[in-house]
Amino acid sequence: MGRGAGRFEFVEGATSDISFVAWGDTLEALFCAAAEALLSASLANPADVAPRACERVRLREPDLELLLFSFLNELVFLRDARGLLLHAGPLRIEHEGEAQLEGELRGEPVDRARHRLEADVKAVTAHRLSVRRDGPGWRASVTLDV
Amino acid sequence: MARTPGLRQIGEGLFELAPGLRPGMHVPVRVFGSAALVEAMDDQVFVQAANVAALPGIVSASLCMPDAHWGYGFPIGGVAAFDVESGVISPGGIGFDINCGMRLVRTELTWPEVRPRLAELMDVLAREVPAGAGREGFVRISQREFRAVLREGAAWAVRSGYGTPEDLAFTEAGGCFAAADPGCVSERAIERGQHQLGTLGSGNHYLELQVLRPEGVFDVERARAFGLDRAEQVVVMFHCGSRGFGHQVATDYLQRFLRAMPAKFGLPVIDRELACAPIGSTEGREYHAAMCCAANMSFANRQVILHRVREAFTSVFGADTSARIRTVYDVAHNTAKFERHRVGGVERTLLVHRKGATRAFPPGHPELPEAYRATGQPVVIGGSMETGSYLLAGVESGAASFFSTAHGSGRTLSRRAARKRSSGRELLRQMQDRGLEVRAASLSGLAEEAGFAYKDVDAVAEASERAGLSRRVAHLLPVGTVKG
Repeated sequence: MGRGAGRFEFVEGATSDISFVAWGDTLEALFCAAAEALLSASLANPADVAPRACERVRLREPDLELLLFSFLNELVFLRDARGLLLHAGPLRIEHEGEAQLEGELRGEPVDRARHRLEADVKAVTAHRLSVRRDGPGWRASVTLDV
Repeated sequence: MARTPGLRQIGEGLFELAPGLRPGMHVPVRVFGSAALVEAMDDQVFVQAANVAALPGIVSASLCMPDAHWGYGFPIGGVAAFDVESGVISPGGIGFDINCGMRLVRTELTWPEVRPRLAELMDVLAREVPAGAGREGFVRISQREFRAVLREGAAWAVRSGYGTPEDLAFTEAGGCFAAADPGCVSERAIERGQHQLGTLGSGNHYLELQVLRPEGVFDVERARAFGLDRAEQVVVMFHCGSRGFGHQVATDYLQRFLRAMPAKFGLPVIDRELACAPIGSTEGREYHAAMCCAANMSFANRQVILHRVREAFTSVFGADTSARIRTVYDVAHNTAKFERHRVGGVERTLLVHRKGATRAFPPGHPELPEAYRATGQPVVIGGSMETGSYLLAGVESGAASFFSTAHGSGRTLSRRAARKRSSGRELLRQMQDRGLEVRAASLSGLAEEAGFAYKDVDAVAEASERAGLSRRVAHLLPVGTVKG
């Protein structure tokens, strides 16, 4: 599933943090939209991140919420440790019993001449973290510690 | 606004929510602060503090400092002490930025001496101390050497030539939490933090040049004991933590605790950010050892930053300046520590979590350096970059809060709301008009940290004193800011 079928919106949350809600027609679109929200929280011009590099990601967690938590923290790690700005997709998610994700992250290393960096996202928190059905699609709430 | 049912005033600057008002509370919630500050706190502060009061093994009360605000899991400005046998350790009670803290450094220079070269000095400070997202420091070390940083803390920095033994004496715990074990830290955390020594980071982290005005001195004797002994004295204050290393340690263990809590420990998960493990469990002991590594990385980080500050002053004011730049105190406000406290007349070892709260030991405490044994521990409270900051001291009556006090002014507006209210460019102009030299890594980040987004730091410092948590020594006025 490409990353175009989801969307996100920053919302008011705990005073020190950044919170967002993401929606997707599918779980894959939801996770891609959440990854876009994370990129937008740390970068003023996320559309300027070109898909030059590819990282593969494979995760397994007890449920979908912990899967989203791990997935976004993977992006935080790659950004902070390796300087990679990444969009997500395509992804494949299964949640029969355990929740599993496999897919690709595409982007490029930080280039300060082109990328306008905002705050470092310290971590994805588990505060009011939710992934749930929303009509025919999916909805997630996430809080980032900045 | 707080309209929490059952919250009642029980003393000067002290409010209480009795157990039983929310399910599972083992102890009351106690909130220190003026009526105005407590009234202005978000209801979520009390909900979160009540959830903390329901954690196993909590002792005496779930406490909120006068600057408390809504966090995740624990409120920011929260203090909770746990029995070592029946209690728990919780990453959410410490924060992702382990050992986020403050260092106050004094110079022998005065404002009239610095003022003509302020812009030049701020340029050099901004160059020497990298701030903002994704910045790396000047210290290039191997992973093996980084593990030595994790074991030794600020002492590693001093033996590597980045400071003096006196700096260590005036750092909480000598700049080293002895229980650190790098074997409990992930490779990922090490990869994330290895090149971040000497950096401020972003968010609310900053380095400020401040001036001690004569009218800013509340306690002449203690100010003198802390080395603030001349009119218009220039000091440097900085606020930062363990950077990506500490964030990764917290994330790793939060994930591990969430998996273990229901299955292994049979503990209910009220709020995932209250994930915890029994102190004596393998998970609890390993998190504590890893958390101590992050605390040590942070002490080393602030020590390395001080070295760069000394270099900056040397390059602007000459070589003889450096030796006269001395640490007043370095103190953490995001930790959990084993400490001895009297509870019900009996001295016990407790694990005291302080999240956005500063340790404030009283006069005579054996852990204080000799120079501060009579004064009480210096406490550094950072205000917003517009309003100034405070130096306080620990007092005997602080026993009621396990010798803890406020850590800053505490946010009242979210980052998003602050950005809507003022642009970074406009704020920068206003600050420059007032003569404040600002070096900001990000204009939107600057807007998020505007003075109006924070509680009144004067009110927080006064409330801390009235509630008997600490006493005011001096107010420090910013004249230059390096902002992450």
